Amino acid sequence: MRPPFLRRLLMVVSTLLVVSGLVFLLLDLAPGDPMSQLPPSIPEDVRAEMRSALGLDQPAPERYARWLWQMLVVEPAIAADALLDTDLAAGAPRILSWQTRAPVMSLIAQRLPQTLVVVGLAYLLGTFGAIALSIGSAARRGRTLDRAGTGLAAMGHALPPFFTAAVLIYVFAIRLEWLPTTYDTTLAVTGWDSAAVQIRQMILPVAVLSLQTLAQTVRYSRAAMLDALAQDYILTARAKGLGARRVLLGHALRNSWVPVLTVAALGAPQVFAGAIVTEQIFGVNGIGQLLIQSLQAGDLPTVQTVTMLIAVLIVLANLGADVLIARIDPRTAHA
Amino acid sequence: MPVRPIAAALALCLSFTAPAADASETSGARGRDGQLRLYYWQAPSTLNPYLSGGVKDVEAASLIVEPLARLDPDGQMVPWLVQSIPTLENGGVAPDLRSITWRLKPGLTWSDGSPVTSADIRFTLEYCTAPGSGCAQQAKFRDVAAVDTPGPLTAVLRFDSPKPHPYGPFVGPQTPLLQAAQFAECIGPRAASCTAANFAPIGTGPFRAVQFRPGDAALFEMNPHYRVDDQPAFASVLLKGGGNANSAARTVLETGEFDYAWNLQLSPDVLAAMAASGKGRVVTAFSTLVERLAFNLREPAPTPSTLRQAAPLPHPAMSDPDVRRALAMALDRELMVEIGYGAAGRVTCNILPGPRIYASRENDGCAAQDIARAQAILQNAGWTDDNGDGVRERQGKQLRFVFQTSTNAVRQDFQLLAKEWWRQIGVQTELRNIDASVFFSSDASSPDTLQRFGAHIQMYAGASDGPDPEAYLSGWACKNIPDRDNGWQGQNVGAWCDPAYDRLLDKLAVTAGLEERAELARTLNDMLVQNHVVVPLVDRARISAHSAALEGVRMNAWDSELWNVAEWHRMAQ
Repeated sequence: MRPPFLRRLLMVVSTLLVVSGLVFLLLDLAPGDPMSQLPPSIPEDVRAEMRSALGLDQPAPERYARWLWQMLVVEPAIAADALLDTDLAAGAPRILSWQTRAPVMSLIAQRLPQTLVVVGLAYLLGTFGAIALSIGSAARRGRTLDRAGTGLAAMGHALPPFFTAAVLIYVFAIRLEWLPTTYDTTLAVTGWDSAAVQIRQMILPVAVLSLQTLAQTVRYSRAAMLDALAQDYILTARAKGLGARRVLLGHALRNSWVPVLTVAALGAPQVFAGAIVTEQIFGVNGIGQLLIQSLQAGDLPTVQTVTMLIAVLIVLANLGADVLIARIDPRTAHA
Repeated sequence: MPVRPIAAALALCLSFTAPAADASETSGARGRDGQLRLYYWQAPSTLNPYLSGGVKDVEAASLIVEPLARLDPDGQMVPWLVQSIPTLENGGVAPDLRSITWRLKPGLTWSDGSPVTSADIRFTLEYCTAPGSGCAQQAKFRDVAAVDTPGPLTAVLRFDSPKPHPYGPFVGPQTPLLQAAQFAECIGPRAASCTAANFAPIGTGPFRAVQFRPGDAALFEMNPHYRVDDQPAFASVLLKGGGNANSAARTVLETGEFDYAWNLQLSPDVLAAMAASGKGRVVTAFSTLVERLAFNLREPAPTPSTLRQAAPLPHPAMSDPDVRRALAMALDRELMVEIGYGAAGRVTCNILPGPRIYASRENDGCAAQDIARAQAILQNAGWTDDNGDGVRERQGKQLRFVFQTSTNAVRQDFQLLAKEWWRQIGVQTELRNIDASVFFSSDASSPDTLQRFGAHIQMYAGASDGPDPEAYLSGWACKNIPDRDNGWQGQNVGAWCDPAYDRLLDKLAVTAGLEERAELARTLNDMLVQNHVVVPLVDRARISAHSAALEGVRMNAWDSELWNVAEWHRMAQ
């Protein structure tokens, strides 16, 4: 068990190093100017001075090395300082966003709660909904629930979020005036009233996003359930006289976990990456919105850091999925 | 199916509203109207306008920090933190035009209760001019040699050279006062690391920052030390960002969730449909932003340019004033405004359409389209279609032009319209559009920029920075022609050069009185327009929307739109 695990870890580290180099290089080579959003009345020499204040006049390898050092040493040290009350960072320069001049990590920390709450909840709802739906539809294949579920999944696949969001806003916010169209990120939940406001403003974005997740997951989970139900051990279980519920949940579901978990684990990093389109429409200003906004503003440190963190999460989720599946299904470890 | 009962139950559960502001407070008291909700779909990234310069940041910061003088919707200076506007007449501007004396209103305090003094004025200037700060507004302070503070309320700005218009620094929202005590440790390269101060500057304005999330939202509360007792009417301000102009307009005009939505550059029919519900009102204000055509009087360099041409040749057709005049006359500007801008634009015949005293009346009536006369002008100038291919020519040179602009739906509509009108007068046009990030970039190596002008005609928008037009009109001086030697820098993209124009500019640079300056500016404007160096098309407005229940909004294109937010209030029920 140990040597393959070490080998994998080495792979992970080298993958991430290559990814970091590529991310930096690609973004650095891409056209775009952090000064392009300034009004034309600001003269060129002032812009040049502003660029040099951002450190843009230094050579790319130097900037890459500094960014990597800040990512790997300074920012973890600052996190440790905050948690353990130490002084490891000792005032070392942090990764600063060009657009806001604030530490990128604190921008991410500000955005993460919205993303986690909205995208995370939608992800959980979508995944569990998909599993429940696939159990129900596999148990009564071809009946109303199955047809409705498959229809919903097809719809979720076919309709892009910018369309479903617009329809939901039109019906529930503009026509019926039940729900708000925008999400207030400054709302602090302090009691029942504010909690109710929070729930109301979460309904539409969560609905749009969970429909997406549900559609993606249900295809796999339904197929896996049907697959499992066609196996001989299900016939055996039924022949033993087990009830429909035990057969479905105890035997079929357990054996259909592998593809469902793979899809769920690989989709998990998107909870942190946010949902660019949906966040933009409802004004749920999470990580996705930070990323697109920084791209538009040419704010390279923010884009590089966010992209890198997402890459780390994807690699870790892959690793986690592999380890988990090896636990559930020993066949994969021996293969 | 029991849809109705379920829907009714849902509606009952969900349709409660947030508790209204305490109505028992007497009207006229500060903070009586609860929360003001602003939607700035481009959210501010910082509340320190010196570090960003972006319009969205300047606007948001104007709730907190204030300049010595603001500009009203007509572009007139209004004393804001000072007793009066210094002029030559009242002795505030020295007779030799080398200094200006600002006198603060007595008793002014910062939002932390400490007094505002002339030291803060001097500090703000030092803050922005310190090397390594990357201050976005340093051009405004460039000519200031020193600031003297003879008294706690008096600051004298001394200039390197005579300044007939000494109102660059501390006038308008880009250069507000910062508190010396708060930013003392943030000079030079350390400016960027003062995140706490940059996100919550201490100001003199009606509000102060409580919470700031860059690129997302900001929460402000009223400034308890604000200088007017019963202002602001709102106890707090929520400034929300994200989404786009469309979603912002919807929240004010259709759902009524927000009180004010900023910068709604939407198609006129979309906006009109939203405004039809009557929940909100669309407001516009004009300054000097003019959509225009520029003609390239030089032979455009072949792209990619490999030829080492010493001096570009004058273009045989474009350098003929009659051709330029005919091209301008063939345009129907009324129709262009109607299609592209609606309420957010109006026809203009001046490249300098405001403030009112600077706007020339000499070019009125230019907007009338006259295809027949345009044809006659070309015919008389010797441009005839001898071979019957629909394109006029003279001495073997045909009227075939390349017309470029940035990629943008309205601009492409305008291109198509112009192409058709020009076809009718025997001119053939090839259209090009270039991505805005390339077209407007200052990348000297790209052949597709506004400055390189790799075409015969181009369309773009430009504006004067502030009401004084001297810097703006200087853009057409001979020395401002972009070429290879100056790294393709300069505003005079069409390469028009007239020594008489330059002489008038020199005169403007030493003329003080407002009336005299305005007359010179009008003459300069007329030279540009009547020689058809540029063809002004549309005077473009700032366009925003506010809820029907919000009163006191005086839309302003010269200053921040929030310039008089202290006076905003809810309509009495």
